[in-house]
This record gives sequence, C-alpha cells and structure tokens, in this order.
Amino acid sequence: MSARRSSVPGPAPRFSPRDLLSECTAGLIQRPGRTILTLIGVVLGVGAFVAVLGLTTTATGQISSQFSILEATTVSLSDTVGTSADPNLAGENPNTNPAPSFPVDADQRVQRLNGVVAGGVWWQVPLSNPQITTGPASDPTLGDGLTIYAASAGAVAAMQPTIQEGVTLDTYDVNSTQHVVLLSSTAANQLGVHRLDAQPAIFINSVPYTVIGIYSQVQRLPQTLLGVIIPDTTALAEYGNPLPGTEAAQMLIQTKIGAAQLVAKQAPYALRPDFPTAFAVSAPPDPESLKQAVTGDLSSLFLGLAGICLLIGAFGIANTTLVSVLERSREIGLRRALGARTRHIGVQFLAESALTGTIGGLLGTSLGIVTVLGVAEARHWTAVLQPAATLPAPLIGTVVGVLAGVYPALQAARTQPLKALRSG
Amino acid sequence: MTVNESTEELGAHPDFAVELDGVGRVYSAAAPVIALHPTDLKIRMGDYVAITGPSGSGKSTLLNILGLLDQPTEGTYRLNGIDTAHLSDRDVSKLRGSHIGFVFQSFHLLPHRTAAENVMIAQLYNRSSRKNRREKAYSALERVGLAHRADALPTTLSGGEQQRVAVARALVNSPGLLLCDEPTGNLDSTASAGVLDLIESLYSGGYTVVVITHDPGVAERAERVVTIHDGRLTEPERRAAEPEAAAR
Repeated sequence: MSARRSSVPGPAPRFSPRDLLSECTAGLIQRPGRTILTLIGVVLGVGAFVAVLGLTTTATGQISSQFSILEATTVSLSDTVGTSADPNLAGENPNTNPAPSFPVDADQRVQRLNGVVAGGVWWQVPLSNPQITTGPASDPTLGDGLTIYAASAGAVAAMQPTIQEGVTLDTYDVNSTQHVVLLSSTAANQLGVHRLDAQPAIFINSVPYTVIGIYSQVQRLPQTLLGVIIPDTTALAEYGNPLPGTEAAQMLIQTKIGAAQLVAKQAPYALRPDFPTAFAVSAPPDPESLKQAVTGDLSSLFLGLAGICLLIGAFGIANTTLVSVLERSREIGLRRALGARTRHIGVQFLAESALTGTIGGLLGTSLGIVTVLGVAEARHWTAVLQPAATLPAPLIGTVVGVLAGVYPALQAARTQPLKALRSG
Repeated sequence: MTVNESTEELGAHPDFAVELDGVGRVYSAAAPVIALHPTDLKIRMGDYVAITGPSGSGKSTLLNILGLLDQPTEGTYRLNGIDTAHLSDRDVSKLRGSHIGFVFQSFHLLPHRTAAENVMIAQLYNRSSRKNRREKAYSALERVGLAHRADALPTTLSGGEQQRVAVARALVNSPGLLLCDEPTGNLDSTASAGVLDLIESLYSGGYTVVVITHDPGVAERAERVVTIHDGRLTEPERRAAEPEAAAR
C-alpha cells in the first residue's frame, strides 16, 4: 500500500474516477432546471467565441473570393520627384516643368517584368484652358470640359479600352510622335465626330490631330471617359513636361492575377535602378493583410463580449455550486460519516462544477457552429471553421468550470460533518 | 487490560470495541467550554449500550468523539484497540468508513436515489468492487426486512422504512460498531418499536450497539445504560452485569 506507515489496517479510502463521474452526474441531473440556468452563461460565452471566430474566418474567406480581380491586377506608380537627373532620359525640356522621372523606354522596361500584361506612362496634359475644335471655323467652346491626356501605347493597352470605332494607339504612333488622337465616346459626341472613314481631325489650340479611334469603355482610368488621349511623346514635344504634384506623370500597369505585389516591388527598380525611390507605388492591398485587418476589427470586439459572457458564466457556476454546497451540507456530512475523506468531498464538487462547464462548453460550441452555418447559409457564403479554434472550444468551458469550482469545493471540504448531520 | 497497539495483531480481536481513557473535550473560546469532563468508558464487543441524558448534557460531544467526527482534547480513545489520536485524515476516514455504522435521527437519505442506491453510497469510498455493491446492498436491505422496497425512492417510504434503509446503509460494510443517534426521534411509537426491534436483533446477531437518546423508553431496552449530565458520565446501575452474557 502506501509508503507512509498507517496505523489502521485495510486499504485506504478511495473514490474511483468512475464513481466520481457517476456521483457528480447524479448531482447535476437532480436539479435539471437549475443546471440548465447555470449553463447559460458558459453556453453564451463559448458560443460567442466559436461563432465570432467562425464568422470571421467565413467572412474573410468571402472577402478574399470577392476581392476584385480588376483591383488585384492593377499597380500604379506616380512620379513623386518630377525631376530627372539625366535630361537624356526624358528628351527635350521645352519649358520650366521638371522632366518626368520615367525613362523614355519605361513601357519596354516594365513589359520585361514577369507578370506584367501591359503598362505605360500617362499624365494630364498641362494645358490650362485648351480649345478643342473640329476646325478653324467651328465654335471655340465646343470642346469645353474635355481633358487631354497623354498616354503611351502601353498605358492605353493597360486601360483595356473598348474600341467602338477605328483603332487604338500603337507604338508606331508613339515612337514617331504622330499627331493622332483617341476620343472617348463622350468627347466624340460632344465634338460631333461619329464616323472615322473620312479620317476626321480635331484641333487642340489650332494644332490638328487625326482621330484614329473612339473608345466607349475603359477598365482602368475612368477619368479618360471624359477626355481625349494623345501619344505621350507628342504631348511632350508640343506641351512640355507634365506638371509636378497631383498631375505628375504616372504609370499604369496591368498585371497577371497574383503578380501585383511582386510587380509593385520590382517596377521602380526596373524603371530607375539608379533612383527607385522616385516613385510612389500603389499596389492593391495584399489579401492576406486585408484578412488580418478584418479579423482584428471584428474579433477584438466580439471576443471581448465572449470573455464577459464567460466571466458571467463562471460566476454563475461558482454561485450555483456554492448554493449547492450549502444545501447539501447534510449529504456532505453523511458522506464523511460513511468514510469519505475531505478531499473526496472537495473533488466531487469541483468535478460537478467542471462537468457543468464542460457541458456548457459543448452546447456553446454546437450553438456557435450552428450560428456560423446559419449565417453562411443565409448569405450564400461558404462556412469556414478552423479546427484548431473550434475543436478545443469545449475545453474553455471545462477551464471556466474548474476555476469557478475551486472556492465552493474548498467550502465543501471544510464542512464540519457533525454540524451538518445534526442540522436537521 | 492492555490492548495491542500494533496493527499486525489486530486480527486477534480485542475485548473492547470502545475504550475511553480520561477522554475530555473543551471547546476553546474566550471562556473555554467544557463539553465533556475527563471520562472513562469501556464498551465490550457485542454490548448494547444506551447513553442518555437531557439535551446540552454532552451527548452529542460524546457521540462525535465515538464516531470519530471530532477529536478529544485530552485522553485516549481506542476503537477496536486502535488508538485514534494523531491519525491522518485518511486513516480517520478509513476507520470511520469500515468500523462504524451510523444511524441518524433524520435518516439522511438522498431523496433522488432509490433505497438500494442509498445503501450503495456507503460503499463508494472503500474500494469495494462496483459489481458486488448492488448485491451487498440488496442483502443488507433483506436483513432489515426491506428487500421488496429496494427500488423505491425514500419519498415513497414511511419513516420507519426510511430508518430501516439507513440501518441497512450502516450495516452494508459490516462495521462491528453501530452508532445510533436518536434513532427513533422522528418516528411514531409503532415505527419506533419496529426500529428498536431491528436494533435489538442486530445486537443479538453480534453487533456492538451504542444508542444515544434522551428517551428513557428507548434507553431501557439496552443491556446497559450510561447517563451523561453536564458533561459527566455516570452509570447508575448495571443490569446483566455478566459480560459473558452479552458477548456472544
């Protein structure tokens, strides 16, 4: 038997785990109503915990899947400096505006990057009040409200315009500084240009441009829907460098799906290995970081609420167990008279409390899962539950139950059997 | 008479079930209360003893000491020859569970359990195998004449029947010493007589019985009556003084 010398023969008292389980189960089902009420706090707490984690992962999954493919494949770089260390890079410098930081072969440079579909430089032509007309005799206010954009062939390609009539800008037009123009359908209507078979021309401050195409839709740079587009080389030659600041030259890049982050990192180096910091890169948010932001916002609030529910649940269990200890003091006295040790009494009430918490945890976990499934079903989402967070959730209830049971169990163990037995 | 103190020789039964040697109990307070003055009391194996006295006389204190529910502040108490001073909680619990059967005034049956299940509670803590418990509980109930009500809930039993279940619970571990605290206090005269008959039959069957009561009618059925008054024990007369007659 035990190493300690015992002056009493026979085996030491023992309260087997199986007996313990059946005794505390009996203790709980004796008062089903009270047990159920006691459970509510833990059920709500654990349920809220599971539901919040489940809904967060579900909603995040939803965000990721709905994350706009368009946005996810767009990278833009804007020229923050507007000065060029090497004048050769940006050609002539006819006016006071600093030359763009983009090299003349910017399109080709980004085109070589893995994952780039198309890309090029564009800016708003720095004409304060351009007169856009269809001829020397036409109304000078005809083109009011239209903006003139300069764009490389790559930039136009990256806009993914829907060409309604004619052709789009090509590298020949750009490289040879052609006086050609693309009209948005709005601009075409305003200017009264409907057919291109006669090779109509428009005049920008009396300089003629041949209309080569009309576009009705664009996937990127929607502002161009209220403007006209001329080759960037032509714009540089005719109107000088773009304004610095908000209207500075920018580069628009269309990437393959999933390549945006990489392209955003590489593009500044590909364009200006000597001065990569000349560009402010804006890439679509990383789906991973977006996910974490969503998770953080939602869960901190609701997990806080879940914690409060658990705390209330713990006090509920502690209170009920304590009441039960007082109510059952005669039973405690009896058990002591029948040979139970103080620790057997304590363990029994601790186990009842832990069992209550565990049942609450199980019910709460079920409730949480049902909530997640219900919400996902109602919104036609895919329910996502992380096993690592869901499977151990009932144990939260156990822990709460054990913590709540410590004080009542100590009280039970301290109950004086003789007082308890004579109190009736 | 000396009693073996070594555990090894316990197989040989000592003559006395209970030996109080100068046992007293003082409750410490600002003004200490002497609940029991130093007392000598020897109860032979197989005796039937009534301890009687008015309330507040120290009966309960004596009962609690005899039942190992309280420790005396002086003197030695030997139960079946085992000195109970300085025993650990484990050993006291073991002794209480295996050597003493309690019968209380208010039965103390758990209301949601059947008679048999109430009896089985006494077997929870003594390593008896789960298989045999029900069997032993039924045979204990048979012994008290309640085999037919084994599966009844206490609430459906009469007071006398409830006390019989309590007696069965006290018997199920074959304790040797039956400690009855006002066993008929909550019963009418018919039920009382039945329970006292049962106790008497157990005494005849070899149990050592100690009954604590304030009822002279209950006390006079015992072979030996001890009176306690203001914490002092007196033994006014000794009927059937021959110990041989009682020790069967």
